[in-house]
Amino acid sequence: MRFRPRTRGLAVAAACSLVLTACSAGSLGSSDDAGGSSVSITYLTGNQEQDLKEANQLVKDFTAKNPGITVKLESRPAGSEGDNIIKTRLSTGDMTDVFGYNTGSLFQAIAPQKNLVPIGDQPYIGDLDDNFKKTVTAGDQVYGVPSGGFMGGAVLYNIPVYTRLGLKVPTTWAEFMANNAKIKAAGIAPVIQTYGETWTSQLFVLGDFHNVAAAEPDFADKYTKNQVKYATSPTAVKGFEHTQQVHDQSYENKDFASAKLPDGLRMLAQGKGAHYPILTGVVNDMVATYPNAAKDVGLFALPGDDASTNGLTVWTPGGVYIPTSTTGDKLDAAKKFLAFIASPDGCKSLASAGVPTGPYAVKGCELPTDVPRAIKDMQPYLDKSGGSSLALEFVSPVKGPSLEQITVEVGSGIRKAKDGADRYDEDVKKQAQQLGLAGW
Amino acid sequence: MRTYTPYKYWFYLPTAVIYGVLFVIPTFASFYYSLTRWSLFESKFIGLENFKLFFSEPQLVKGFTNTLIFAFVTSGSKVVLGLMLAVLLTSRVIGRTYLRSVVFFPVLASTIGVGIMFTVLMNPERGLINGALSVIGIEGPGWLTDPKYALLSVALVDVWKGVGLATLIYIAGIVSIPREYLEAARVDGAGAWETFRRIVLPLSRPATVTVIILSLIGGLRSFELIWLMTRGGPGFTSDVIASVIYKQYQAGFYGLSTAGNVVLFLVVTAIILPLSWFLNRKEVDM
Repeated sequence: MRFRPRTRGLAVAAACSLVLTACSAGSLGSSDDAGGSSVSITYLTGNQEQDLKEANQLVKDFTAKNPGITVKLESRPAGSEGDNIIKTRLSTGDMTDVFGYNTGSLFQAIAPQKNLVPIGDQPYIGDLDDNFKKTVTAGDQVYGVPSGGFMGGAVLYNIPVYTRLGLKVPTTWAEFMANNAKIKAAGIAPVIQTYGETWTSQLFVLGDFHNVAAAEPDFADKYTKNQVKYATSPTAVKGFEHTQQVHDQSYENKDFASAKLPDGLRMLAQGKGAHYPILTGVVNDMVATYPNAAKDVGLFALPGDDASTNGLTVWTPGGVYIPTSTTGDKLDAAKKFLAFIASPDGCKSLASAGVPTGPYAVKGCELPTDVPRAIKDMQPYLDKSGGSSLALEFVSPVKGPSLEQITVEVGSGIRKAKDGADRYDEDVKKQAQQLGLAGW
Repeated sequence: MRTYTPYKYWFYLPTAVIYGVLFVIPTFASFYYSLTRWSLFESKFIGLENFKLFFSEPQLVKGFTNTLIFAFVTSGSKVVLGLMLAVLLTSRVIGRTYLRSVVFFPVLASTIGVGIMFTVLMNPERGLINGALSVIGIEGPGWLTDPKYALLSVALVDVWKGVGLATLIYIAGIVSIPREYLEAARVDGAGAWETFRRIVLPLSRPATVTVIILSLIGGLRSFELIWLMTRGGPGFTSDVIASVIYKQYQAGFYGLSTAGNVVLFLVVTAIILPLSWFLNRKEVDM
């Protein structure tokens, strides 16, 4: 039958990993070692423009300090396609000498204890932010250094619209919806949604986690043990309900179903939309295209029920890791590269490549003073005790792959909130079983 | 007595090794892995759990119905349109050769290119299709973003892209009908409809069989166009079996998606084998 090549493709990968151990397609980057004391290592990073810019800058500044080492860049797609590349290369022993990948639940899924070199004995480990360290720890070993700043999952809002309509930054969901009503009456789209890029649909759920954690402090722990669920926790299900409410009240922009991220950023920067729940990782792109957005766009945390516990949900930076397939001189060079990334010089190098997404996870790293308003607005939340929480995916390994499709359905009126939450609970079950967690 | 073969066994060895390593081992490996929870790093035997899980996937029912709808809609349209176009293009129309090649061009174009082009054309706000409709006062739907239309819009593009091949097969079938039959029919006083109904249609049966089988298999395993244009969305509304399996693979559920592929293999076999046997038997009878 015609479809069998797909089956085979998968199985060939299997056969390779089992029977042949490694389908070494020309050992990567090591073919032209110049000999002598010079070492060449390869660094695999994401292929998003900002990732590449930062990686290039890091390599440039690192090699300027370490003339004996050359670093070659390789890139891979983001998202689940990238996940598969990472997993396949790790399992076949074909991984580059150093590679960048997510922290938290995705990091746990690449079997760190089996595939990565622990770096807990390195002198700079004490300088890493504790929250970050937790997300790159498996067993009792630390495996990665941060390749950028923290990100906030929050609502970006247009300040001129707020001033013109005399609105106040909301700290509860009710205030937020009241603002939306006034904004809609003024003929502006209150909430920007861009389901043309499905990942952008998840923020009402994922960015609400600080509010969930504030109400149920042990949620993450119980969630990992399968003792609480989204659909049955009265606070956790709110994220889905909020997604639905915004659609039910028709607060979304008219083209929400087909609009993409750049459309959303344009609407926000030009004041055609007032709120955009999104990750602060997009601020750099927005400011590059619309310079006025640096001062016109601010940020507030997703509002929940209780104004007193309102706070920011934070994403930790991606990690940079060394696979166990890196050995000898290359391993030493790779460790030096990681040490550089985890130093104040590394942060400076990153900051010179573009607008940071948020504060850095290395001690001694300061944000530049001229960061856009949206990034600056994160600081008060982070400074306040109890003002921020890590997103669920960094405190629990359980994260379902289909959340973005589910939130698109809930936010488009195809599915009700409760039903969506139920469906997501089913979705995470597979992930938990795949990871072999107890209690699933 | 041994039957004579022109080759010694060693002569078969290279191909046998290639066949074994690339086809036999992976096929059996996939049957094995469909029974495991597999993370690429390690696998754990879990019996038929994957199949149980696969069949309890909420997307699956939707995926199955969508696959069948997609396969039958595209296959049916290709048969009807292909036959009509073939009748037109075997007539004495001006520029016949040119027109024949025009209808075949979409078949040659890359699926990815076609998909991207139609995604742009079908954009509900800025697309050319709705732009043209608004000129004559019709507000076009969200072709790919409205759950009611998404799957059918993709099917429409698939038909546009694939109808050239059906037409070509029908042209070959119609051209091979002996002229005597048509002339005899005319002498007997048959009109256009009678000629088509009594002569062209039954005598192009082999062509119909080929078109149905080819387009049905194509429809059942359809994936690229759907993935490119809707990613199974909005939400899960245009998911087909292949995209459900692909998403499981992307999510890292390798054992589960392998089980899905085994199921897909069995389903397509179960549909095509009897169909092909049935259609071909009729052909022999005639």
